[in-house]
Amino acid sequence: MVTGGVTKFAKAHPAMDFRLMVKRAYDYAVRGIPNLTKERIDGSRISYFSDHFSRQLKAASMVQDYLGLNPKGSVRIEWGGATGGECFQAAYEAVASGRMDVCLAAGYETMSRVATWKGNEFIALASDTNFDFPLGGFYTGYYALMVVRHIYEYLRKSKFAHVADEREAQRLAIAEGQRIMSWVSVKNHTNALHNPYAQYPKRLSVEDVLRSEMISYPLTREQICTMSDGAAVVVLCDEARAKEFTDRPVRITGVGCGTDTMRLADRPFGKVPRFPHESASDYADLDYPGVHSFRAGRAAGLEAYRMAGITDPKRQLDFIELHDAYASSEIQTYEDLGLCRYGEGYDFTLSGAPFLRGMDYGLEVPRAGEIPVNPSGGLIACGHPVGATGLMQGVFAFWQLQGTIRKHFGDPRLQLADARRGAIHSHAGTGSSVTVSILERGFTP
Amino acid sequence: MTPPKFAKFREVQEELGRSGAAIFRDAAGVESLVIRFPYAIDYIHSYAEDSPFFLGLAEGKLLGSKCTDRKCGFRFATPRSHCMVCGKPTAWFELPKKGRLHSWTTCHFGSEAFLKETPYNLALVEFDGADSVLLVRLKDCVESEIYVGMPVVARFSPTPKYLVTDLWFVPDRA
Repeated sequence: MVTGGVTKFAKAHPAMDFRLMVKRAYDYAVRGIPNLTKERIDGSRISYFSDHFSRQLKAASMVQDYLGLNPKGSVRIEWGGATGGECFQAAYEAVASGRMDVCLAAGYETMSRVATWKGNEFIALASDTNFDFPLGGFYTGYYALMVVRHIYEYLRKSKFAHVADEREAQRLAIAEGQRIMSWVSVKNHTNALHNPYAQYPKRLSVEDVLRSEMISYPLTREQICTMSDGAAVVVLCDEARAKEFTDRPVRITGVGCGTDTMRLADRPFGKVPRFPHESASDYADLDYPGVHSFRAGRAAGLEAYRMAGITDPKRQLDFIELHDAYASSEIQTYEDLGLCRYGEGYDFTLSGAPFLRGMDYGLEVPRAGEIPVNPSGGLIACGHPVGATGLMQGVFAFWQLQGTIRKHFGDPRLQLADARRGAIHSHAGTGSSVTVSILERGFTP
Repeated sequence: MTPPKFAKFREVQEELGRSGAAIFRDAAGVESLVIRFPYAIDYIHSYAEDSPFFLGLAEGKLLGSKCTDRKCGFRFATPRSHCMVCGKPTAWFELPKKGRLHSWTTCHFGSEAFLKETPYNLALVEFDGADSVLLVRLKDCVESEIYVGMPVVARFSPTPKYLVTDLWFVPDRA
């Protein structure tokens, strides 16, 4: 990867349509690299999630056209919430296969074109329309179903095992789960205070998060990402050419993708595919994945880590940009990606390990900085213009590894010291497809 | 001036007569012309191989499907016509009308189509003799009563609309 660009994510950009948004991100990416001319780009992969939001079929053709890249090759990528992550990997494959020397990956979404609740309906159409959608199709509802079971498996059966009354025990476990999920929301919103591209930077307390409107029990408004307009682009090329464009390239050393059933109700109860640092006895009594964990996330992690030679992700990764559409799914994903064992996600959060060292969150975070997750603010605070999101993660990870956060954010606060290797994680549906890509510093500082 | 129609655009707006169009002016003074139009359509949708499930609901029957391979025999509470484990065809079987909650939520907001029904409960139900679960609406109870493991019983609409909502569950208080 040699460069990237992002537009500020916003509720609406009435003065820019999707073509202009992508153009702005593209111009940002190529400015300052005089030899990265349009002629050097062999083709593109372009992502947007929903034809309903666009109401313009073949919108990717209009992006290619507006950027002046005709008659070079291009294809549209769509894979639900993981659209941006898939686009990143599609561009990687175009280069890795030798088909292109230089490939542009560009993504956008324009979600402002309908009211928020209509937008939720469009998104819920990415659930089975025979069996799931007509019941009250609503993604926050689906994630609430998953986290209620996650809390039951991992808080009710442990921390609240001593409470005899079942209803009371579950109620207490859910309240504890809500409190811990609020830590994730506080972390991501606080990090975003230093990211000028973020849609909702704000200082929040755990109480503020808990007091925000209940959307689907037990998830409150501040634990959920929002609808956004925005675009992001990255430019990938082979190693020989990378040096022509920048003295600080980033190497993509691992790509992984996993899938699971479209319907939550179909998730079978089997054994856990394990990382090297886990043993079968860790999960002797666990039915997996059920609806409490994302098997697709684990499969994507296993594939990407294997390719990158990672055996202990918590030690071998310096940060992760993780698809936190919900505070709950960030905690579930810590476990899927092997940052901790299944069942340890809540304690892992409270340990402070995924927080930034030295940042004031108003919380006790003794292990802050062990493995920062969403140093950018993630989806919860940056916004989630679906087709751009996974590429936005790629851009933020790229700047992090280059050591150029100060230059691009106008604020050095989110720059990690000596970040050598990071992961980006893009997640679709109720976990029906997930990508993980590993990025590493490709230069000697 | 009808702000809710353009709720997402916070910039200054100025309506253009009765056209439904408006000019938006952002902080930088850039003006954009914004129009509005409806988008509705009747779809023609076949339930195809899932049809017996929906016809079953109209007769007060809850149908699952089980793998016809004797060694596999996976039993789906949400039916499918081929087994996802071994790929063999499945056969219909009647599920018990009683089950237990595997998980649940109360939706206080929802997609536009369901906003008027809020708050409503969604639940995943486990059945004896089935290897997977079924997503349903849970009625006749409120958030504070519901818990994982709660016994529930099926109810069927006397006036079927041939949607999955012809079925719902209620607490089995017996």
